[in-house]
Amino acid sequence: MPVHQYDAVIVGAGGAGLFAALELGRQRDLRVAVLSKLYPTRSHTGAAQGGIGAALGNEEEDHWEWHMFDTVKGGDYLVDQDAAEILAREAIETIYDLEHYGLPFDRTPDGRIAQRRFGGHTHHFGQGPVRRACHAADRTGHMILQTLYQQCLRNDVHFFNEFQVVDLLLEDGVVAGVVAWELLTGELHVFHSRAVMFATGGWGKIFKVTSNAHTLTGDGAAICWRRGIPLEDMEFYQFHPTGIYRLGILMSEAARGEGAILRNRNGERFMERYSPTLLDLAPRDIIARAMITEIREGRGIDGKDYLHLDFTHLPRQVLDEKLPEITSFARTYLGVDPAREPVPVQPTAHYAMGGIPTDVWGRVIRDEQNTPVPGLYAAGECACVSVHGANRLGTNSLVDILVFGRRAGRDMARYLKEAERVPVSHNPDSDAREQLERLLSSAGGEKVGAIRDELATCMMEWCGIFRNGPDLQRMLDKIAELRDRYARITLDDRGRRFNQDLLEAWELGCLLDVAEATVRSALNRTESRGAHMREDYPKRDDAQWLKHTLLYRDGRFAYKPVTITRFLPQERKY
Amino acid sequence: MKVHVRIKRFNPEKDRRPYWADYEVPTDPFDRVLDVLHYIKWNLDGTLALRRSCAHGICGSDAMLINGRNRLACKVLVKDLGPRITVEPLRGLPVIKDLVVDMEPFFSKYRQVMPWLVNDEPPPVRERLQSPEERARIDDTTKCILCAVCTTACPIFWGNGEFLGPAALVAAHRFIFDSRDRAAPERLAILAERSGAFKCRTVFNCTDACPQGIEITKAIQDLKRAIVLSRT
Repeated sequence: MPVHQYDAVIVGAGGAGLFAALELGRQRDLRVAVLSKLYPTRSHTGAAQGGIGAALGNEEEDHWEWHMFDTVKGGDYLVDQDAAEILAREAIETIYDLEHYGLPFDRTPDGRIAQRRFGGHTHHFGQGPVRRACHAADRTGHMILQTLYQQCLRNDVHFFNEFQVVDLLLEDGVVAGVVAWELLTGELHVFHSRAVMFATGGWGKIFKVTSNAHTLTGDGAAICWRRGIPLEDMEFYQFHPTGIYRLGILMSEAARGEGAILRNRNGERFMERYSPTLLDLAPRDIIARAMITEIREGRGIDGKDYLHLDFTHLPRQVLDEKLPEITSFARTYLGVDPAREPVPVQPTAHYAMGGIPTDVWGRVIRDEQNTPVPGLYAAGECACVSVHGANRLGTNSLVDILVFGRRAGRDMARYLKEAERVPVSHNPDSDAREQLERLLSSAGGEKVGAIRDELATCMMEWCGIFRNGPDLQRMLDKIAELRDRYARITLDDRGRRFNQDLLEAWELGCLLDVAEATVRSALNRTESRGAHMREDYPKRDDAQWLKHTLLYRDGRFAYKPVTITRFLPQERKY
Repeated sequence: MKVHVRIKRFNPEKDRRPYWADYEVPTDPFDRVLDVLHYIKWNLDGTLALRRSCAHGICGSDAMLINGRNRLACKVLVKDLGPRITVEPLRGLPVIKDLVVDMEPFFSKYRQVMPWLVNDEPPPVRERLQSPEERARIDDTTKCILCAVCTTACPIFWGNGEFLGPAALVAAHRFIFDSRDRAAPERLAILAERSGAFKCRTVFNCTDACPQGIEITKAIQDLKRAIVLSRT
């Protein structure tokens, strides 16, 4: 069993992981390894399209306080406001950092970073839309990923590509490293390390229709949960309003930022009825619910379960220059030219607001007293700081991963100045080995693909945009049944080399865990807030529920108060 | 509609040489080739190995040879291929298993051209200024997703593994023509070597194959011109 020694190991090579790695890599005396289940440039940060919000004020007046307010209100007041303040303030310097690292932002005529409108981002605390999203066409995430990867290469960060981390090593509650499985050889490796950061992204694959990559299976969150760390606010999962019908591929909110309009079967701009001020640029939870309501009331296109995203009134130049990627998606996957005909869209599972609980330095905490796990960090979508509360605003995912990835990197460097190396126990890989052996040797005839499909289909139906107690209970029972079947799977591939059959089976275990955490938390929260809509409890209930959920794997709940500094909870109208 | 799929398979762990495997797959005309491969993997034979992630042409994982052309499996629809689909691993890189090839030779060439912005002047407090025209100069080459479709479609690369290949040249272009970068002379010196830009014989395979529509051959011509000008 190969053993590697590092000062810091970062699991995941998207925006959060790479920014942390870069911060650490710039400290010449630290040995840093990044472990990715993919090649770093394949990470899902690269799929982010429309922009990254920061109150630069390049196009019109803007202030970080407005950005902070929008974030808090967008999150239906479940946002920790100390964290939201850091997000909005540090977004600005983080954007300038990225520009200095070479990110090719689009420019204004005077050479500054260009900015555009995005959902829920307003001036003067909600008065009207503001140009805040910095962008590189509709390839903003791609440029972020490339730029950070390039600078990591320049700073001698070590990459282990196609290494699947399968276990976290804690010794008496202190980080000692991780166990990773090298896909090429099938071998387990131990990475002995004083600090570990999870930046493994989300878990959209628990849902049938999703914008997420096939590889987004909640690995980091599941590994931490299995090692006794609670998961925070798992009931809050965002559906993006405009996924391509059936495929789930995203039609960026930048489309509506540039003027595209949602219409129902009557050609009506229905958002006028749901959000008179922000219309098609209302926050995502509100638009997604409006769309489902339209569909349920028979106003979907041809009475079916989709609506139209209409670009036909926009000049072709806007499509070609500002929205080239999504224009090409519509052409490639639907054979539709958005300049001539509307694009069929439906809400698509997009982003987890909840995750591994951390403080504002990315330090993972283990309980409601905010007790840190020494040496353990998390940032990006897998983490919950919480800056998104009950619903994330567009562009704030990129802001979150970069601001808090950068902070986590800086705090790890500080931590590593003093932290001792913790010896690992005798057989550090034994649990991981047992997990994989069990999957390889099981022979009950069940198929991974079938279980995964059923999980995702039922989650969409019973734990999607609208939820209620009986459906959620049904979903819990379904997960129990699927777990039972999961114990009886049979793999086709029992070899060692690049065994993706085994990988998908292991990932399914993670999907079942994060799905269960989502459903349990959703059943437990008897109110409606942000993206969590309970038909049987349709009102927000601040008296009982202005608090964060922490759920342990043994089913125990704990609660953390919401940090409120500047903005008292108000009714949320747009 | 049923399609007939032939896949060139090879698992060095147990096969002495590559072989063709045949599958019948029920499809919808708007299915991606990736959906077809997933159908095979999830329903017919779980031992099939292929890389994929985003499934909509942005991550660059699933480059392969489809009906004789280098494509991304998630960007080609069944309706555009007809009832027979042939799938093989990319050429010019060692096969690890089935459709998975060793990407390391490809990325090592990328790293050779210093693919990062170099500018050690103290940055301003805010952004460095760049005009929209200066930004437009590099727009095309910033689109590259490093899928290796271009490099593995290049006959010069097939014949000479030393050649940097189109993708690395695209990366070099993206920085050499960035108004904020200061390392153009070093990069041009690297490209001027025997394995560099002048190995390109303007076959245009790269440009034809690029799933991002980058005008690669044109970018390489820009580089050749810049090398010549830097010598005068």
